[in-house]
Amino acid sequence: MVLRIKSFAQGQPLSALSADTSICGGRGLSEFAVELRDVTKVFGEVVAVDHVSMGIRQGEFFAMLGPSGCGKTTSLRMIAGFERPTSGEVYIDGKPMGSTPPFRRDVNTVFQSYALFPHMTVEQNVGFGLEMKGVPRAEINRRVKEALELVRLPQMAKRYPRQMSGGQQQRVALARALVNRPKVLLLDEPLGALDAKLRKEMQIELKALQREVGITFVFVTHDQEEALSMSDRIAVFSKGKVLQIGTPLEIYERPNCRFVADFIGETNFIEGKVKQIDGEFAVLESDGRCFVGRAGEGLRVGAQASLSVRPEKAQLVEQPMNSANCYEVRVHSVAYVGSDTRVIVMLGDQHFDIWEQNSLSTLDPNYFFGPGERAWLVFRPENALILAE
Amino acid sequence: MASDTPIVLIGDRAEVAPRPRGATAKLRPGRFALTVAALFTFAFLYVPIAVLIAFSFNSARTGATWQGFTLQWYERMLSNPRLIDAAANSLIVAALSTLGSVVIGTLMAIAMERYRFRAQAVWDGLLYMPVIVPEIVMGISLLLFFASIGLERGLITLIISHIAFSMPFVYLTMRARLADFDRSLEEAAQDLGADEWTTFRRVTFPLLLPGIISSALLAFTLSLDDFVTSFFVAGVGSQTLPVYIWGQIRRGITPEINAISTVMLILSIVLVILSQALQRRQSSH
Repeated sequence: MVLRIKSFAQGQPLSALSADTSICGGRGLSEFAVELRDVTKVFGEVVAVDHVSMGIRQGEFFAMLGPSGCGKTTSLRMIAGFERPTSGEVYIDGKPMGSTPPFRRDVNTVFQSYALFPHMTVEQNVGFGLEMKGVPRAEINRRVKEALELVRLPQMAKRYPRQMSGGQQQRVALARALVNRPKVLLLDEPLGALDAKLRKEMQIELKALQREVGITFVFVTHDQEEALSMSDRIAVFSKGKVLQIGTPLEIYERPNCRFVADFIGETNFIEGKVKQIDGEFAVLESDGRCFVGRAGEGLRVGAQASLSVRPEKAQLVEQPMNSANCYEVRVHSVAYVGSDTRVIVMLGDQHFDIWEQNSLSTLDPNYFFGPGERAWLVFRPENALILAE
Repeated sequence: MASDTPIVLIGDRAEVAPRPRGATAKLRPGRFALTVAALFTFAFLYVPIAVLIAFSFNSARTGATWQGFTLQWYERMLSNPRLIDAAANSLIVAALSTLGSVVIGTLMAIAMERYRFRAQAVWDGLLYMPVIVPEIVMGISLLLFFASIGLERGLITLIISHIAFSMPFVYLTMRARLADFDRSLEEAAQDLGADEWTTFRRVTFPLLLPGIISSALLAFTLSLDDFVTSFFVAGVGSQTLPVYIWGQIRRGITPEINAISTVMLILSIVLVILSQALQRRQSSH
């Protein structure tokens, strides 16, 4: 598998990057709020983070997304200063962090467990960071009040964390971090402990909050929907490596490898050999059928590859069409789920998912195909992506 | 130390699943036997103590007959200078050995919890070994040790010995507390700008404080009640209360001894209750 990091291809010389920063550094502000350059972290025998390079822009809502154990949390902890890179360097606002301890870094963290001090009131928790900085008492009081208003908990100042619900504790944790006006706010699966409904609310609220305060947010999550809906850009992690960095649109519509296509959203894969590459498009031969799709990076004629088609980007039709990517299939099962109808068809001996939006309001049970019926599967070449193995 | 927990659990279970009436009737002979056994157990445990307390208020000088209520033994106890000296020694030794064992035991517990090193299980085991060393062995070994280094028996040897036997209890208590400690709280403090020392002072220490106090109360009680080790390492002029009592008993048990024992008993009970109350308060946090 050829993996490319979109912003910084691995082959790109580091000097090019440092040139970038020095230009911006001249204006007193680095382009990147946080930058990881070739960072590796090894725990004993385990390589938790493997030569990761990425730049998080000022004011960006940046998600680090991946399954558990992919290195996203370790990367966050290296930015916070709780772990030191085995090799490579973390830059915050253009400055190399080296062995700078967490208490001297201009970043604040919202912990997965919230980590609110149980022996302090909400007010004391939120004021802790300012107190450490030696801010005068009157200003601490004023800013704590503001921060609690920001997270809509002004009446809770005198409570102890244990007297609050999970959602409220989570807002206190946010206020405690934001009140310090850090360069970067680090969030470690902050919504993980909340129930589904509260989670949705907090997603919207968190995004709005980020726009309001304008602070760079670095958000670790394993929930791809959360990452897609909230982030400006996403870094997809797997096994310690960053596979792709891009906007939600880029990540979903143009995944650069099979893992990203599979991990983000749902997709159908058709495996085969690359038969032909013609500019932007390529032809894949699979089981005697030929499919046309966009050519992914690193494709070679004759090599193994997978064609990826999202279920919502394929259609079923009653008659064969004179176009590319149209093959006869047998309907296997049909599930009506309200907003759309999810059909599984058999393409040869392979399952293929198709989601048809129910854009027509009808009570006709025969409106859609039924199990066992013959149909034709069709999808446009622009909607398919051929990815190298 | 956590003997109250199971009782609470049994009570809960009885509430959740009340026994059907029929079953209760059938089990009646068994229940009767259990009640008798329980009563016997409590009598076995507490009748001697109750007798001791009762006789400390008995106006008869000798003999086991009740001749009326009096407080004269308590008055006499308080006007006995040798007894007051012994009590003062006990309190000094208990206070200083508690301080020593709490500081050492807590720091050892933090070190063993935070760092990983070779043969850690062995070192860990060695730290609480004194809990199972027979006290007489401990007493003799300390006596020999002090004699061999030429340290004269007195308050110093008492304090060192009491630190030696109470420290493992502090260590065990603090290890248990630290095992439940959420390390991310310390990380949060550092993240918010607190250096290591401030983190310890503002977060780690206050959160460990109830555990420290409860282990201190435990160490204090152990020191106050200790006889065997103290008997070996106490000097002539530095008797602790239990050693003094033992010396008096050789001349026969007097109601005055009953009075002292009653005071010691009540003091110990109060300390243990305080210690437990603190532990419970922390776990409800």
